[in-house]
Amino acid sequence: MILGEEDHINEEGEFVINMGPQHPSTHGVLRLKVWLDGETIKKVEPHLGYIHRSIEKMSESLSYRQYGYLTSRMDYLSAHMNNLACALVVEKALQIQVPERAQAIRVIICELARISSHILWFASAGLDLGGVTPFFYAFRDREAINNIMEETCGARLTMNYMVPGGVIADVPSNFQARVKEVLKQFKDNYHEYDEILMGNVIFQNRMMDVGVLTKEDAIALGCTGPVARASGVSCDIRKLYPYDGYEKLQFDEVILTGGDSWARCQVRMAEMLQSVHIIEQLIDNIPEGDIVAKTKNVIKLPKGEFYQRVETARGELGVYIVSDGASTPYRCKYRSPNFANLSAIPHISKGHKIGDLIAIMATIDLIIPDIDR
Amino acid sequence: MLLTVTEMVIVGLCLLVFLILLAFFLGYMERKVAAFMELRLGPNRVGPKGTLQIIADTVKLLFKEGFTPDAADKFLFNLAPGIIITTALLAVAPIAYARGFQIWDINIGVLYISSVSSMAVIGILMAGWSSSNKYSLIGAMRCGAQIVSYELSIGLSLISIVVLTGSLSLNDIVESQANGWWIFKGHIPVMIAFVIFVVASTAEINRAPFDLVEADQELTGGFNTEYAGMKFAMFLMAEYINLFVVSAVAATIFLGGWMPFHIGGMTGFNHIMDYIPSSIWFFGKTLFIIFIIMQFRWTFPRLRIDQLLNLEWKYLLPISMVNVLLVTLMAIMGWHF
Amino acid sequence: MTNEELKNSFTQIFPAVTFDETGEFLNAIIPSEELLPVMKVLRSSKEFLFDYLFCLTCVDWKDHLMMVYFLKSNTHNHTIVVKAKITDTVNPQIESVYDIWKTAELNEDEVFDLFGVKFLNHPNLRRIFLEEDWVGYPLRKNYVDEHMIEL
Repeated sequence: MILGEEDHINEEGEFVINMGPQHPSTHGVLRLKVWLDGETIKKVEPHLGYIHRSIEKMSESLSYRQYGYLTSRMDYLSAHMNNLACALVVEKALQIQVPERAQAIRVIICELARISSHILWFASAGLDLGGVTPFFYAFRDREAINNIMEETCGARLTMNYMVPGGVIADVPSNFQARVKEVLKQFKDNYHEYDEILMGNVIFQNRMMDVGVLTKEDAIALGCTGPVARASGVSCDIRKLYPYDGYEKLQFDEVILTGGDSWARCQVRMAEMLQSVHIIEQLIDNIPEGDIVAKTKNVIKLPKGEFYQRVETARGELGVYIVSDGASTPYRCKYRSPNFANLSAIPHISKGHKIGDLIAIMATIDLIIPDIDR
Repeated sequence: MLLTVTEMVIVGLCLLVFLILLAFFLGYMERKVAAFMELRLGPNRVGPKGTLQIIADTVKLLFKEGFTPDAADKFLFNLAPGIIITTALLAVAPIAYARGFQIWDINIGVLYISSVSSMAVIGILMAGWSSSNKYSLIGAMRCGAQIVSYELSIGLSLISIVVLTGSLSLNDIVESQANGWWIFKGHIPVMIAFVIFVVASTAEINRAPFDLVEADQELTGGFNTEYAGMKFAMFLMAEYINLFVVSAVAATIFLGGWMPFHIGGMTGFNHIMDYIPSSIWFFGKTLFIIFIIMQFRWTFPRLRIDQLLNLEWKYLLPISMVNVLLVTLMAIMGWHF
Repeated sequence: MTNEELKNSFTQIFPAVTFDETGEFLNAIIPSEELLPVMKVLRSSKEFLFDYLFCLTCVDWKDHLMMVYFLKSNTHNHTIVVKAKITDTVNPQIESVYDIWKTAELNEDEVFDLFGVKFLNHPNLRRIFLEEDWVGYPLRKNYVDEHMIEL
């Protein structure tokens, strides 16, 4: 006995349910309208806007020192990378040379944030599939990284550490020791993650051959980050358009060709190890020097258009600034990775079961505030 | 007549109190086991070592509004928790708790338990349908498919012991294990039956990794999404009583129930074992199986509905059918100890 | 292909183009009516193969709207920015590029929602962030929010 709106069961006998905006596994206020035939998904349509804060419009009235702070609230798990993109676009426009010490600190902090973000993905992927224990395992490392962030930036979520020209404050004296400690702890724990979730036969069966995204579709749908790399697309901005000295570092771009949910899981697990590898190269070699380049008090960008992209934990974040020479952007557009990755969900979840939709959403790893902005 | 009725009422009340305390204990145990597996402490604020936490939670649930959705079928909506808890309670009756201590010594105990416990599906279907919630409806439909399928494996693995014992009475089954538990006497086929029973009964009582009926992350709570307060608490209690029943049945059938650990022919050793009270043997075995089932829940992710049905129809059912044949052959030839 | 070669090839397929090279990328500005045929060539022609539309947005220049398409080729690894000028700000219209790049669906919804540009032949044009009955287009420069309180 289902009462209410007329279109709950439509003429074709399809059962229409709203997954979200309040739903345990949409990780926020995403609403997916799902057409079902029994348990099989016929069609998915995302409805957005539940956390739209018009960051782009607000940026138009904020100065170039201020506008980056809003981006911490977009993809809150990649807050450092978002801030970095905003700082880099100003540096590119004004051709500011960032001190080497600041660059090294930026890279270390960003890679720590990437590990922290991926480990939270691992935690929530386990949770989405009904395994609660991986969540608590993963939080050991996330907590340790968050402690470092707190000591360095004074914040655990909305970091606001990157500023135009460098970083806002120097790292504390015990930074190197603490980071090494965390890396050691992480590497010790890594095999446990393999055992409890990735090596579990139920988990593997839930993930394999579910939500296959082909290479052509990944490109056509604009997917980036681990989602696209799992489909065989080379799209790591750190390799293609290096920034902040990534070109000097040794690391591999993890590319798999499976394209299914399982490949996306493996890409993220492997990327964490690559991030550890990057940090290990830098942590003993942080150059001495300034942490921020000298900039004018009021930053004014020259007239023109500037585009800067960085690799966040979820893919390519692009900042497109149109400047008319004033101290605030004329137009500021964020090309957010999750907005593009979201369009893959309706495409790849057709014909799967409801449980698979959860697995697909878990491996696409959406952050809803980044979709809505 | 009056005396008999009074006795029945007193026994019934004692059993109810025992089961409520048992549900409290299992709730506490589940939290502690979960905490133990998840590297955390678990409840430790209310009472010594958090033992009173579950009482506090019950009081909270008691004071919550017994909410009925507007669009729900109100009669069935309120009836469903009652049916679920009644079926759970009915199944408790023939269980033998200790030597000579059985509330209802019925000669078809095994058949009775397996038929009564399968009625739970009616309650869940009723709850899911009458809630007038789409997630609840999907959960209820999953429940129908799941419980009906896994019933078969449970029945077949129970039959294997019935074949060996030649009796459906739980008391006879326990007595037949005086010279060793069936899991040791019955060689590998009985061990297979035991494993199948534990797996299938985990599915039967809708616990993770087979909790597709609830499936928080997919169906926001499944059939009990719309329930709150005491009605929800009744679902919880029914879940724990069911957990106790299936574990007690597994302990009785395969691990000798209250029968101490005996080895046929070693009279002295058997006497020493008899000094441990039979109730301790029974509850020790039952809690051991409950502990195993709880570990399932906190280790495995959930299966998908088609994988769940594949597991039953493609693996468990054929295996148990062959297994029953093997056990029958064993019983006819007298190969067991 | 370098920017210079891109310019030459582009001029061959569409002579009425104007270029702007002040920024990082080569900007090709075309009138909005000619968008779809040009984009189709850019996507399919062997020398361009722009298969990846990585950013789609709009800029309100008060007297006209400028649609901005960032295109990249994964094969040739070159980038171009195509800008389509919409002169009609009251009732702006442009062809949808959904048939060429599927990622355009949600991006065009966003532009429709926040700039009011109507996309022709779009599969499901809707207000993606704001409510259906929202008045005005917030990212336009002339948008006035009557609920705004000046501090």
